[in-house]
Amino acid sequence: MRGRDIISILDLSRDDLYRIFGLAREIEENMDKYINELRGRVLALLFFEPSTRTMYSFQTAMSRLGGSCLVFSDVIRTSIAKGETLGDTIRMFDGYADAIVIRHRIEGAAKYAADIAEAPVINAGDGTHHHPTQAIIDLYTIWKYRGRLEGLNIGVLGDLKYGRASTSFIYGIAMFKPSKLYLISPEELRLKNEVKSDLEKMNIELLETSDLQSVIGELDVLYVTRIQKERFPDPAEYERVRGSYIVDRDLLRNARDSLMVMHPLPRVDEISTDVDDTEYAYYFKQARCGVPVRMALLKLVIKG
Amino acid sequence: MAMDSELLVRKIRDGTVIDHIPAGNALNVIRILGLPRGRENRMALIMYTSSSKMGLKDIVKVEGLELTADEVNMIALIAPTATINIVRDYKVVRKERVKIPEIIENIIRCANPNCISNQDRETAIPKFRLVSEDPIILRCEYCERHTYKEDILRQFMEGR
Repeated sequence: MRGRDIISILDLSRDDLYRIFGLAREIEENMDKYINELRGRVLALLFFEPSTRTMYSFQTAMSRLGGSCLVFSDVIRTSIAKGETLGDTIRMFDGYADAIVIRHRIEGAAKYAADIAEAPVINAGDGTHHHPTQAIIDLYTIWKYRGRLEGLNIGVLGDLKYGRASTSFIYGIAMFKPSKLYLISPEELRLKNEVKSDLEKMNIELLETSDLQSVIGELDVLYVTRIQKERFPDPAEYERVRGSYIVDRDLLRNARDSLMVMHPLPRVDEISTDVDDTEYAYYFKQARCGVPVRMALLKLVIKG
Repeated sequence: MAMDSELLVRKIRDGTVIDHIPAGNALNVIRILGLPRGRENRMALIMYTSSSKMGLKDIVKVEGLELTADEVNMIALIAPTATINIVRDYKVVRKERVKIPEIIENIIRCANPNCISNQDRETAIPKFRLVSEDPIILRCEYCERHTYKEDILRQFMEGR
C-alpha cells in the first residue's frame, strides 16, 4: 500500500482492509512497539474545513508512531477568495511531507490534490462526497467487536444524501456483501442516484424505507447519522420528521440483543443519552478505534 | 443521404454534411457549432426529412467548414447517431459516424457547482467518464456527479 492515494473507500480492496485491520489490532495490543515506526517522517494535515476529532486523531496517530505533523488549518484565510490556490498549497506541502491528509468543503478536492502531489494523499472528507478513513474505522469496529463483516443485516439511518460518512460506510460495507442493507431516511434525504447505480453494479440490493421502527428488529448494525435542519427547505417538515429518527431505549426494546448502534460523531440528539450505558452503544468504542486504525493506515501508506 | 433531401437542397461543393441527426436536433447542432458564421459558410438545414434507418432525421450542410475534434465530440454528445461527411468537389471523400469518447475532457463543465473542476482559480480540467450512451450519462472524474443530456444542452446553448 506504500505511496497509495486513499480518496474513496473503494480505492481499497477487501485484502487491503483486512491488512489494515490486522495491523490496527496489533497496534492496539502493542502500542509501544510502534513508537519509532515513523520516526523522522512528516505528515501534512491540511484542514480547509473545521475538524476536531479527525484532525486530532491523525495528529495523535502520527505522534504515537514517532513522526511529526505540519498542521495547516487556516480556515478563515482560505475562505477569503484572494488566498493561495489549493493547487499551490498542495505543491508547497508536497515538498515538505511524506504524506498529505486533506479535508476540504469542495467535492473532488482530494482527488485534485492527489493528481498534483507526488506524496500519497489521504482524503479526510471532501464536501458531501467521501470520507474513507471514517469508513475504515467503522468497518474495523464491526470486525473487531462482531468478528466478521460479511452477511450482516445493516441499517444506515439519517442524511444519506449529503452525509459523506454514511456514503463511505455504505460503499465500504457493500464490499462485504451484507445480507440486507436498509437505507432509512426521509424521502428528501435518500441516497444519491450516483451511489445507487454504483451499488447496483456491485449487485447490492438496497432496501429504502422511511420507517425505522419496522426494521429495527432485524438489524445487526444500526449506523446513525445526523439529520441537519438546514437540509430542509421547510423547517416545519424538519420538525415533523426528526422525531421518527431518534434512537432511544424505547425504540431498542424491539432490537436484537447483539445489535450494535454506531455513529461517526459528533451527535446532537439523534441518539438519546439514555442509550449510552446500554449494551447496544458502540459509538464511543468506535471513536476509540480512530487512532489505531489511522496509525495502521499511515504506517502502510508511508512505509509499506 | 435520402433521395428526397437531394431534391430539396443542391449538393455542396466543398464542406461538411452532418447527416443522421436525431430529428429536431439540427438547431442544437448549428448552435453549438456557432453557425451560421456568414457568407463564407453557406449552409442548409433540413429537418424532419425521412430516413430509412431512423424514420425521421435532420441534416446540416455547410460549405467551407471542417470540424475540429472537439466539435465532433460535442456533436456526439447531443446527436450520437450523426454521421460526418467530408465533401470535396461534390464528392463525399470521408464519412464517419460520431462516437462519444470514453473520456471527455475540457468540453463541458460538471453539473455540480461545488466540484473542484468548477473553481475558477484552480486548474482542475473538467473530465468525465462515459457511463451510458443512451440516455447519455457522464460521470465527473473528480466529484463523481452525473451529468445528463439536459445539462449538456444547456451548457452548449449558454456558451455560444
